[in-house]
Amino acid sequence: MSGLAIALVAVLAAAAVVIVSLPFLREPVVEDDRLDAPTAEEEQRLTLAEERDRALAALKELEFDHRTGKVGDEEYRELLPSLRQSAAEALRALDRAQSDGEPA
Amino acid sequence: MADLGRAALVVSFGLALYAFVVGAFAARLNRRRLADSARNALVVCFFSTLVASAVLATALVRHDFSFSYVAAHTNRTLPWIYALTAFWGGQEGSLLLWLLVLTGYGALAVAMNRRLLRDLVAWVVPVLGGIATFFSFMLVAVASPFNVQTAPVDGAGLTPSLQNPYMVAHPPMLYLGYVGLSIPFAFAAGAMLSGRTDERWIVATRRWTLAAWTFLGFGQLLGAHWAYVEVGWGGYYAWDPVENAALMPWLAATAFLHSVMIQERKGMLKVWNMVLVALAFELSVFGTFLTRSGVVNSIHSFAQSSVGGWFLAFVVISSLFSLVLILWRLPLLQAKTKLESALSREATFLYNNLLLVALCLTILWGVLFPIVTELVKGESRTIGRPYYDFFLRAFGLPLLLLMGIGPLIAWRRTSARALLKSLTWPIATALVTGVVLIVAGAGASRPGLIAYTFSAFVIAAIVVELVRGTRATGSLFRLVGRNRRRYGGYIVHFAIVLLAIGIAGSSAYGTNVERQLRPGQSTTVDGYRLAYQGVDPIVNDPNRTGQYAVLRVSGPWSGTLRTGNVTYTGFDETDNDVGIKTDWLRAQDLYVIADFQKGSNVVFFNVLVKPLVNLIWVAGIVFLLGALVAMWPDAREQRRLVLRLAPARA
Repeated sequence: MSGLAIALVAVLAAAAVVIVSLPFLREPVVEDDRLDAPTAEEEQRLTLAEERDRALAALKELEFDHRTGKVGDEEYRELLPSLRQSAAEALRALDRAQSDGEPA
Repeated sequence: MADLGRAALVVSFGLALYAFVVGAFAARLNRRRLADSARNALVVCFFSTLVASAVLATALVRHDFSFSYVAAHTNRTLPWIYALTAFWGGQEGSLLLWLLVLTGYGALAVAMNRRLLRDLVAWVVPVLGGIATFFSFMLVAVASPFNVQTAPVDGAGLTPSLQNPYMVAHPPMLYLGYVGLSIPFAFAAGAMLSGRTDERWIVATRRWTLAAWTFLGFGQLLGAHWAYVEVGWGGYYAWDPVENAALMPWLAATAFLHSVMIQERKGMLKVWNMVLVALAFELSVFGTFLTRSGVVNSIHSFAQSSVGGWFLAFVVISSLFSLVLILWRLPLLQAKTKLESALSREATFLYNNLLLVALCLTILWGVLFPIVTELVKGESRTIGRPYYDFFLRAFGLPLLLLMGIGPLIAWRRTSARALLKSLTWPIATALVTGVVLIVAGAGASRPGLIAYTFSAFVIAAIVVELVRGTRATGSLFRLVGRNRRRYGGYIVHFAIVLLAIGIAGSSAYGTNVERQLRPGQSTTVDGYRLAYQGVDPIVNDPNRTGQYAVLRVSGPWSGTLRTGNVTYTGFDETDNDVGIKTDWLRAQDLYVIADFQKGSNVVFFNVLVKPLVNLIWVAGIVFLLGALVAMWPDAREQRRLVLRLAPARA
C-alpha cells in the first residue's frame, strides 16, 4: 500500500471513529439516556389525531364528491350526518385526551 | 489506489455491521446515545463507500488496467463516458453502486426523520444496516472490484450493446429504483419491530416510495428505448427475465402506492400494505440476483458468477424475516373499519391491487418456470411471449378500464345510478371511438381495438374529472394544488394510456416485411419507397469497424437512411446498427435492419413500419411529469402532519 493510500485510509478510519463516537463525546454523562419514544398516552393521542384527520378528510371528500356529481343529493344527505358525528366524536376524544395529558 | 478502495470498503463493512448490530441493541434496550451512534455509522458508511466509488471511477476513466475489473470491462479505445459506464457494466461495480445508493438513500432518510421520528428511526437504522452489511460483505469477501493484476497492454473492452448513450442512464436509474424500495421496507420493518404501526412510517416514506417507483418506471422505459435502438430486432420489450425482474417490483410498488391511500383514509389494509412493501423489496433483490447470478438465460446476464447463492440466501432470509415480523405483529395490524360497498373508490383500488399483484405473480411464475423445470425434470424449459402477452391482456385491459372508473367513483359508496351518470361521457366516447376505428379498418386486431376503446374511455374519464373539479373549485391550478398526489396520479394514468396506445399501435397494426436489394434497386413498404444506393464503410474509427447500407427514402418522410452492421474492437460478434426515421405527425417509425451477405452485393433488408410507437417514449416524459406533480412538497399537508404529530411529541 502506498504512503498516500495509508494516510487516506487512516484519515477515513479516524473520521469514522470520531463521528460514530460523537454522541458519547458530546454527552459523556447523561441523566436520561432513553430514546424519547412516545408514552402510551402519547400513542393514544397520536391514534386519535389520525382518526380526527381521517374523519375531517372524509367530510371534505364527501363535500367535493357531491359538488363534482359523484355522490347524488340523496346519498349526500344520508352520509353527511354520520360523517359529521364521527368527526365531532374524534375531535371530542382528542380534546379529552389532550386535557387529560396536560399538567394540573 | 486499489488498496484505498479495498480499505474504504472494509471500513464500510465495519460501519454497516455496527449500524446493524449496535443499532438493534440500542433500539431493543432503548439507549439514545447508542442509537445516535449507530445512525452516525450508517451516514459515515455512505461517505466511505463514496471514497471506494471514486477510486473505481478514477481507475476506469484513467484506463488503469492494474485493476482486474477495469481490464475486464474497458479498453483504451473506449470513450471516457463509456469507460465510466463500465462502473455498472460488470458485477462488482454494480454491487458497489447498490451499496452507494443504499447508504446514500439510508443516510438521507434517517437524517431527515431523526427528530420527528426518533423512536422509529432507531429501528430503521439496524434494518438498513443489515442490508448494507450484506452488500458490503459481498464486495469485501466475494466480488471485490479492487482485485489487482499485472497491468496488460489493453483491456477486454465493454460489451458492445452497452456502448450506447441510454446505458449511461438506464442502469443507474434502475438501481435508484431497486435500492430506493429498501427505504419503505426499512421503515415498515422498523414500525413493526418497534410496535408502532401507526401512519408515521407511511408519511415518512411516501415520497421515497414515489421516487423509487418513478426511477424504476422511467428506467424501464429508457431500457425499452435502448433495446429498440440498440439490440436491433425491432421490438422494445421481449419479456426477458431481467426485464421482468424490473417490472415485478414496479408492479408491487404500484399496488402499494394505491392501497396505502386506503390505509391513510380508512385505516384498512395494514397487513396487505406490509406484504406489498416487503414483496417490492424482495423482488428488487431478486432482480439483482437474476441479473447477476446467470441462473436464467438473458441478454442482460453479462456475467455469470458465484454471487447467485449468496443472493438467494439473502432473499430467503429477508423474506422469512418479513413474514415472521408480519405474523408477529398481526394483532397490531388489524383494521378498525371495513369496506362499505363494492361500488366505492376504495373497492376499485382493491380490484386494481388484485390485478396488479396477479400480473406480478404471473410474471414471477414465468421467470421461475425454467428454474423449477430444471430442478424437477433436470431440463430447463422456458415460457414464451404468448404466455406473457395473454396475461398482460387478461389483467392489463381490466386495469386500464379501472383507471377510467376509479376517478369517477366516490369514496365510501356510490349508487349505480350516480356512477352511470358519471360514466356517461366516457362510455359514449369509448363507443364512438370503437365505431370510428372499425369503420377506419382497425377492427382486424381485437386486442388493439379493445385497448383503443378502453384508452378513449380513460382519457374521457380524466377530462370529465378535471372539468368537474375545475368547476367545483373555480380554477384548474387550485384543483391540482389542493391534492397534488391525486392529480399527479391522473397525469401518470394518462401516461399509461399513451403507453397502451403505443404498444397496441406498434404491435397490432405494424408492418414487417423482408426484401433483398442490390445497389440501384428499390422497394415500397406502407407508402415508403426505399432505394438502396450502396455501401458506406466505417473508416478511421479505432473503436468500431463495419459498413452501412445507404437508402434513399421518399413517401411520408423523405431523406437518407443508414443501417448497418458494426463490430467493436476486441469483440467478435457483429451488432445491428438499425436505421430509424420518425414521422412525428403519426408518431410512427420507419425501422430498417440490414443483413449483408458475404461475397455478394445483395443486402437483406428487414423493413418495419411501427405506427404510434413514439407514444411509448412520450409516455415516459408524461409519466415523469405526473410523478413530479405527485411528489411536489405540499406546505399545507406538511403543517397538518406536524400538527398531528405534535401531541405525541408534547
